[in-house]
Amino acid sequence: MTNTNMARAQLEQGESTIIEFNDVNKWYGDFHVLKNINFSIKKGERIVVCGPSGSGKSTMIRCINRLEEHQKGSILVDGIEMNNNLKNIEAIRKDVGMVFQHFNLFPHLTILENLTLAPIWVRKMPKKEAEEMAMHYLERVKIANQALKYPGQLSGGQQQRVAIARGLCMQPRIMLFDEPTSALDPEMIKEVLDTMIQLAEEGMTMVCVTHEMGFAKTVADRVVFMDAGEIVEANEPHEFFDNPQHDRTQMFLSQILNH
Amino acid sequence: MAIEFKPSPSLPPPSTAVGPVAWLRQNLFSSPLNVFLTLFSIYIIYLIVPPIIEWGIINATWEGASKAECTAGGACWAFINVYFEQFMYGLYPSEETWRINLAVILIVLLVGMFAIKAINKLFLSLTILLIYPVVAYFLFAGGVFGLEVVETSRWGGLFLTVLLGVVGIVASFPLGALLALGRRSNMPVAKSVSLVFIETIRAVPLITILFMASVMIPLFLPEGLNFNKLLRVLIGITLFSSAYMAEVIRGGLQAIPKGQYEAADAMGLTYWQSMVLVILPQALKLVIPGIVNSFISLFKDTTLVYIVGMFDFLGRIQAANHDTNWLGTTVEGYAFAAFVYWIFCFGMSRYSMALERKLDTGHKRN
Repeated sequence: MTNTNMARAQLEQGESTIIEFNDVNKWYGDFHVLKNINFSIKKGERIVVCGPSGSGKSTMIRCINRLEEHQKGSILVDGIEMNNNLKNIEAIRKDVGMVFQHFNLFPHLTILENLTLAPIWVRKMPKKEAEEMAMHYLERVKIANQALKYPGQLSGGQQQRVAIARGLCMQPRIMLFDEPTSALDPEMIKEVLDTMIQLAEEGMTMVCVTHEMGFAKTVADRVVFMDAGEIVEANEPHEFFDNPQHDRTQMFLSQILNH
Repeated sequence: MAIEFKPSPSLPPPSTAVGPVAWLRQNLFSSPLNVFLTLFSIYIIYLIVPPIIEWGIINATWEGASKAECTAGGACWAFINVYFEQFMYGLYPSEETWRINLAVILIVLLVGMFAIKAINKLFLSLTILLIYPVVAYFLFAGGVFGLEVVETSRWGGLFLTVLLGVVGIVASFPLGALLALGRRSNMPVAKSVSLVFIETIRAVPLITILFMASVMIPLFLPEGLNFNKLLRVLIGITLFSSAYMAEVIRGGLQAIPKGQYEAADAMGLTYWQSMVLVILPQALKLVIPGIVNSFISLFKDTTLVYIVGMFDFLGRIQAANHDTNWLGTTVEGYAFAAFVYWIFCFGMSRYSMALERKLDTGHKRN
């Protein structure tokens, strides 16, 4: 039995919900960016969110750690409701790692300092322990030899792998990926995807906005398709790709798969 | 079998692109216009520099007791020589000026200790910011350990200029950073307080603030509750400078990409942690030129304290110009003032450039 299958098996037994969207609505001014989002994600599940630009997919996952505020409905993460309570927000952010399209590493800190910042200041971990853990994760993303360099000295793919390691350093229960490969050169996309696949195989709960359909096919438990602020369709990958229910989904898939 | 790709080797640049001759050709004689400008500049330098050297050095008088003894036709540096102590220390008692010198030596040594690797930088910084000012204050003012008390009204000259400048700079920097954060804050109270403070202070000339500090405040305070004029002036200068500092720092805060704030938020840092650890270090680095600009202008603005009857470096020189023995030495006085201010301001500017290079982690690749 492969790792993936084992994780799936555990998932089927566990079935505990870790993220829950109930009738979530959000507006930017007059623009209704999220419309009645109802969705729940189970512990250990790998979700890929896709859709045309402006469909609200980034906004949706950014609501999970409240980088964006929703105005109606409720979002429960790990049983805690996302509201204006700063303590709740901080508690959830400790448990949710995030990887951004543009890496967002801190350019004034070395790679190692980037990784140890949150463990030291948020988790109050002793510096030495934090550094050992950081080196462990840097080795996992195969970049330990760059620990003392600054982000500006690394290639895009390396920076994104550092960003993933930085997210893992908080030992999160959920990892969010917001188009992690969209800003990368083609040659570097694979190294980042490989890191993400490895992570998925270890049973991490992942929510990933991406256009990498190959990644969705191999890794995702469910693929979510969004358009105009709504979830159009959500299904297991083979169903989603081979037998899309909605004509909007069919159109989207024909656009991105047959170019 | 596939052909192996080998990048071509890098070659050295052609000899016409390096060396002093190439430098001259590129920088001074690259076009007919530049040839003309170069020759014209050399002519201007020839017109200006020799007479200055003749006046300031060759024909200058260095020793003497009055203007009448300056007969060589050049500068009368004897004036500076005679008044030197007053220019440096104001009316601080001669036999006590070692206290000021000691304080200067102390701070030079303390700052120099940053070069020693084994020393804890945080501890050293706290010593300089918290302990040194107390020591320096008691050295200057006296009254402890048998040191004679020297009233602040006798403090003056370059000593007062540097004191006003350094205290103004050190105190306005954190206050400015707080105001900048306040102005960008989401909290209505912090935002409006910062906004009103900054806009009010910036709308008023420094002279007005100094005048208020020295004349108006005592009028409103009850009898007996009057604090030192120097302290009031220091507070005035600090508040004034912090408003400008706030706007410079706000410029830096705005230049930091939104992603940096989001990444800091996403990892669960609190507001103050993300500001102090992530945002401010980057923002301040970006605006070093603007910060130093403010510092240099503050350093020179302190000269306005003459309006409230304090005699700083320039004030002392102007006062000495009225000495009947030395009438007609205004040029020498101002030349000396210009030279000393230039050394300080040029020093600050060079230091800021070195600091920018040191903190640059941006795009260099090894």
